[in-house]
Amino acid sequence: MEFANAFALLANFVIVPAIAYGAQLALGALGVTIIFGILRFANFAHGELMSFGTMVAILATWFLQAQGIGIAPLPTALLALPVGVLGAVAVAVLTDRYVFRFYRRRRANPIVFAIVSVGVMFVLAGVIRIVIGPDDQSFADGARFLVTYRDSKAAMGIDQGIAVKQTQVITVMVTLVVVALLFWFLRRTRWGKAMRAYSDDEDLALLSGIDPERVVLIAWTIAAALAAIAGTLYGLDKTYKPFIFLQILLPIFAATILGGIGQPVGAVLGGFIVAFSEVTVTYAFKRFLAYLGPEGWAPDGLVQLLSTDYKFAVSFVILVAVLLVRPTGIIRGKVI
Amino acid sequence: MTRKVALYYGLMGLVLAGVGVFQSWNVAFGIANLCLISAVMALGVNMQWGYAGLFNVGIMGFTALGGLTAVLVSMPPVQEAWAVAGGDLFLSFLSLVATVVAIVFARRAVPPIARLPVTVLLIVAGYFLINRFFVPATERIEAIDPALSGYLGGLGLPVLIAWPLGGLVAAGAGWLIGKIALGLRADYLAIATLGISEIIIAVIKYEEWLSRGVKNVTGIPRPVPYEVDLVEAGWFVDLATRLGATDMAEAASLFVKACYLVLFAAVLAVVMWFAERALRSPWGRMMRAIRDNRDAAAAMGKNVKARHLQVFVLGCATCGIAGAMLATLDGQLTPTSYIPLRFTFLIWVMVILGGSGNNWGAVLGGFVIWLLWVEAEPLGNWFMTAVTAPLPGDSFLAQHLLAGAAYTRYLLMGAILLLVMRFAPKGLIPER
Repeated sequence: MEFANAFALLANFVIVPAIAYGAQLALGALGVTIIFGILRFANFAHGELMSFGTMVAILATWFLQAQGIGIAPLPTALLALPVGVLGAVAVAVLTDRYVFRFYRRRRANPIVFAIVSVGVMFVLAGVIRIVIGPDDQSFADGARFLVTYRDSKAAMGIDQGIAVKQTQVITVMVTLVVVALLFWFLRRTRWGKAMRAYSDDEDLALLSGIDPERVVLIAWTIAAALAAIAGTLYGLDKTYKPFIFLQILLPIFAATILGGIGQPVGAVLGGFIVAFSEVTVTYAFKRFLAYLGPEGWAPDGLVQLLSTDYKFAVSFVILVAVLLVRPTGIIRGKVI
Repeated sequence: MTRKVALYYGLMGLVLAGVGVFQSWNVAFGIANLCLISAVMALGVNMQWGYAGLFNVGIMGFTALGGLTAVLVSMPPVQEAWAVAGGDLFLSFLSLVATVVAIVFARRAVPPIARLPVTVLLIVAGYFLINRFFVPATERIEAIDPALSGYLGGLGLPVLIAWPLGGLVAAGAGWLIGKIALGLRADYLAIATLGISEIIIAVIKYEEWLSRGVKNVTGIPRPVPYEVDLVEAGWFVDLATRLGATDMAEAASLFVKACYLVLFAAVLAVVMWFAERALRSPWGRMMRAIRDNRDAAAAMGKNVKARHLQVFVLGCATCGIAGAMLATLDGQLTPTSYIPLRFTFLIWVMVILGGSGNNWGAVLGGFVIWLLWVEAEPLGNWFMTAVTAPLPGDSFLAQHLLAGAAYTRYLLMGAILLLVMRFAPKGLIPER
């Protein structure tokens, strides 16, 4: 029985990665949920919007690196992030102006919006692949680890260490700041309140003199900014692959629905729940159990519930469970 | 109206003939084959979207299931694998059945409050029981000659049987997903189908004992003659020389493509006949009534959820048939080639462009969009060459843009979808 080792093992392979991944999903799900709440449709282009913002941030990073500007030991990408945000916001606002506004004025069916967002997704996917190519891009520089495996092992005086990557800490820090700002905006400012009112009851909000175009514009701006930040953090933490952003849409949607559509708090909760379930279910608990069991004993198999190849299945099962048990999500969202 | 349809189809035929004359007839026949398969898929999506207004974005998964069925039906069985693992596989199947029976029985026996915990407990117990037999069995199967087989193989039946069977398998998956997600709001169905399609691809990619995974299954037996046999067959050489062919190899390849063309056209004709009959029947009118006003149809006593499930399953089955046909044409199953942009969203562009709700429109959309998808690459190259002409040939930008030329097809498809949705939402051939 070695609790300290067992805990360190779990922290290293499950808790730390899941927190970072959960923060990335939460940022993505916040964007989806805001669009869901204000414009009332599932935005299939959100993944490509994340990808686009990240691409702009990468290009800016390369430019800064070529100029020799950096903020070592922090990654240069952090300095380039505002450019990525601007890029994503510009794309979102432009697509809204030239694509979605037309359907909004006609009060089109949400499904029509979703199909149109597929068109936007195609265009963005094409642009991204032409500009940066379909291959992996690694753009993380700066210090790799904040706490290395070896140091933490020595410090704690046990067999297992906890490695903390710098990108993981940055992810969590940036997420905390962004989410705090967002909630402050939604709860305290005039336009934040207007947005919540509009999301609650469109007609009532119109009657009380809220400008719908303005609300929609703010919603797109926030969603795109969150998308660019989420994508860049994800790319920093892992690598940037254009095709991954269609797959990451699934856990993001699962988090959105799990949290309750149109509920920012729910989106954050949902992001972390999905991330933790995904990492826990696909982790092999063999060594963890060996530490907890009697001396010299280890389980026969890997004690892995699901191979890592099936991590999509986790989001899907969560999605189905929510649909069956509580279609409104954890925090009661909009449901028809 | 009919004149317009005839005109569009005539134009389409002319364009394909143009490809034959200016590029080569082999290319034209190849494109036409995939056009026919795409048209079947588009018909499946049109049943779901056009008749009933269901937004399915999991077409890729149902297509892949059809492809998997083609492998499982037509490949020769690997006797050795069955010999070493057949018993354990049977036991794990038995445990699966026992688990399901136990859950169903227990859910009836216990009070409602204990239902969820008991179900979860039984699922976990069943999971370990199944894995007890299943994991060693798959390890033994995958260890057999991994470079060549390492999977169970198929049934060794003619591949044509796989086409209807592929439809059935896809229909089963469609029934399961429809049971869960239909009846809730429309976006949920979309997201659920997106999920199931990714899972199906993951299963095909990673369950090597079943499908060889990323090692791919190649050499699926053909329903048509092989080129190597044709060039040596007396009757074919006679026929080809009488038709004035000089290059026997090319003539053989053309003949094989023509055989496929006949088979695919026959399937498309059958599916089309059923689809048209269904659309014009009282059932089709009821579907459209439900699509246009769900509440009114429900008030008239129509069971909306059951009808939706019905049409959803039919559409999935059609996509499954097309998937089996595609795997047959390729002669292989390559899980990595299944990407959503090509197998799901492209089919959507076909249906939207052709005219949702109109079967002739969906088929036309399948033809037009596939042709554009294939020809977008030379077009993109030409476009990029034109754009980069003023730049020096060795400049980085010019090289980069030329390398990305293949992806102009995504831009083109997105632009088509957006323009059609905006300016001609009814498509080329509107619904009657």
